[in-house]
Amino acid sequence: MIDATILLGELAYWQQTSLRVVGGLAAVLLIAGTLVYLHLFKLVSFMQSRLGPMEAGPFGSLQLLAEVGKFLQKEDLVPRKADRFVFLAAPFVVLVSTFLLVVVVPWGPDAWFVDSDIGIYLAMAVSSVSVIGILMAGWGSASKYSLLGGLRATGQLIAYELPLILAVIGVVIQAGTMNMQLIVTAQADGAIFGWDGIGNPYILTQGVGFLLFMIAMQAELTQTPFDMPIAESELVTGYMTEYSGMRFLLFFIGEFATAGVFSAIAAVLFLGGWYVPGIDSDDNILNVIGPLVMLTKVVGLTFLVFWFRFTFPRFREDQLQKLAWKVLIPVALANIVATGILKVAF
Amino acid sequence: MSDFLRSYLTVAIFGLVGFALVGAFLGLGRLLRPDKPNLAKTEAYESGVDPTGDMWSQSNIRYYIFALLFVMFDVEAVFIFPWAARLEAYEIFGLIEMAIFIFILLLGLLYAWRKGVLKWV
Repeated sequence: MIDATILLGELAYWQQTSLRVVGGLAAVLLIAGTLVYLHLFKLVSFMQSRLGPMEAGPFGSLQLLAEVGKFLQKEDLVPRKADRFVFLAAPFVVLVSTFLLVVVVPWGPDAWFVDSDIGIYLAMAVSSVSVIGILMAGWGSASKYSLLGGLRATGQLIAYELPLILAVIGVVIQAGTMNMQLIVTAQADGAIFGWDGIGNPYILTQGVGFLLFMIAMQAELTQTPFDMPIAESELVTGYMTEYSGMRFLLFFIGEFATAGVFSAIAAVLFLGGWYVPGIDSDDNILNVIGPLVMLTKVVGLTFLVFWFRFTFPRFREDQLQKLAWKVLIPVALANIVATGILKVAF
Repeated sequence: MSDFLRSYLTVAIFGLVGFALVGAFLGLGRLLRPDKPNLAKTEAYESGVDPTGDMWSQSNIRYYIFALLFVMFDVEAVFIFPWAARLEAYEIFGLIEMAIFIFILLLGLLYAWRKGVLKWV
């Protein structure tokens, strides 16, 4: 077994960072690809009693490459009246914010991108950047559908960002740290009423927080039932209406990559991250198993997201805002106070 | 350079890589795709009919109230995070302090609720 700590410790900063960047690219693109194939192509097909793509590669597994090839060859149209710079810059903002989001997610005891003490705080701050990208897309397109979609998206994303952030605070109180790596070890070292067989995944004590996080995540990803900004039956594709070819695909990749990264964050916060019960939490083997465990949890959590997406009808705009402001935020605040009281009492 | 600053350098590098990746995708596309714009293609999409009026049409002000409320709660979250990480040290004192803080903000939300600004009209 290669000792990853020693190996990484011997490398210069730029070498380590190059490795981490390759890992980051893999984490964003491979997970986005996996989710598109597994959930969007196959899961939804089985739910609708059809086979989905079957021609390209075994069971249609190369369909993704075919799609990328198709989008690469499509003409790149910019509307004549568009605010050209804003229109062209929007996909950059959306995808870069996803890349900045993935840096905080740990995949193993030494397999991390950035081991920051403000990890989850950084993630919550960066996740708001994509709102700007979406508003830029909506405004820059100079189309009525896009503008409406962009405004709706902004209203929705800022409303659901609050429950998302407030749900995280419960976990931070319990772990006593904002460092993602330490949140994982805190769960690994935890015990359920003195029994430390599986540690203490925070979904058990922060069940309310987990529910809030998943609901808010669904809305942040603008997946149905929270897809008012896209609402294909009334707004065509919302803020993406005027984008064609590769630029459209970039938004699409961004959507799925963000779904993967948010699920990875949820897995770290609530499901114990890369920890495997029975293995010492600084054992080197976890650098190999950890990423696979995380991938399993990510696929599991995104399965929930897409299951809901393909099951529920769309919320109306007023119902959507009402749910965020009148239900989720008060519940999240109550959750913080309750967690605080229990933390101090025990 | 300290490890603390280096971790931010890594974050910045990740941002640049994301930027470069998007650029590479679009650059690759530029080599492959046709480029023959005409007046009909660059028209804004409006369900197939000719677009009318100003594209940046006026929209309702109601989003603005929600943005204001958002600022209030977002600032609150900024204050709660450091408190949450150090609650063990503050104990009962910190708990009461934060309960008062959250209570005041909750009053703000209740006020907005009573005023009816949370209603989508």
